[in-house]
Amino acid sequence: MKVGVVVFPGSNCDRDALHGARLAGAQAELLWHEDTDLHGADVVILPGGFAYGDYLRAGAIARFSPIMDAVREHAARGGLLLGICNGFQVLTEAGLLPGALRRNTTLRFEHRWVSLLVQRHDTPFTRGIPAGQTLRLPIAHGEGSFYLADAELDGLEASGQVLFRYGPPEGNPNGSARDIAGVTDSSGRICGLMPHPERASEGLLGSDDGLLLLRSMVESAAQVEAVA
Amino acid sequence: MSRFSFSIAIMPREGILDPQGKAVEAALPQLGAATVHGVRIGRRIELTVEADDAPSARAVVEKLAAEFLANPLVERWAIDEGQPLAGVSG
Repeated sequence: MKVGVVVFPGSNCDRDALHGARLAGAQAELLWHEDTDLHGADVVILPGGFAYGDYLRAGAIARFSPIMDAVREHAARGGLLLGICNGFQVLTEAGLLPGALRRNTTLRFEHRWVSLLVQRHDTPFTRGIPAGQTLRLPIAHGEGSFYLADAELDGLEASGQVLFRYGPPEGNPNGSARDIAGVTDSSGRICGLMPHPERASEGLLGSDDGLLLLRSMVESAAQVEAVA
Repeated sequence: MSRFSFSIAIMPREGILDPQGKAVEAALPQLGAATVHGVRIGRRIELTVEADDAPSARAVVEKLAAEFLANPLVERWAIDEGQPLAGVSG
């Protein structure tokens, strides 16, 4: 089971994601954005950072990277795809996930711990997270305010695509609609979230709750591999 | 082929919170400009297109604006033909 972590110019959480994937039990490899194949990766992570300097809009230019064709094909085949922070922004700009991530309503770069409420436990990303457990994860972003028009938000909720919400005690740090911190696509196999599970993947970092998500993802992919 | 110049003004859609505009507006009373309201902040992009005629150049810009330069979910835009912004004061 191999995880590929895409490195865009300006990514800065790629090595953290690589480390987190290894802690979760996977082999892991960095994939350069100019590559045109995934080097056999079973799962792809688009990591945090500031791809292409966040020019124009965060994630807007990264979606044209050569490797994104292979990422799209991977997703179309049902491969697991996780976008963390800037990776989430890239996935919304690429049209692989719904919504848009706008400037925080606080107008500040928000970097602190948040509490995440897990909305579903039957997805490849959350199946190993005990019911009722709140995840302590850090955020670090200036443009993380999730937006969709109300009618579309209703549709997103009805189809069970809201996977994580900001919860108490800290609450919503950035003005995201309906406290949404992470969503999936309609298949449930593409996930994006603003908080950083890889920065909470071992006790030394203050929390290892992020490992629950990474391990769920890795074990889900390993099961598919075993069946195949 | 000729070159055609365009500018694209991109603004947050109505009803979408514009925290930058709000912050600027909140600072205006300090300048004695408390009578100024409705501050919204967007961006302007200037470019030139090589094309056979103006309509086909404009078609290129329209596609580019809708698919890349603006995010239609949260932004609206207006395309103008003409030279880059000139005579800027300040």
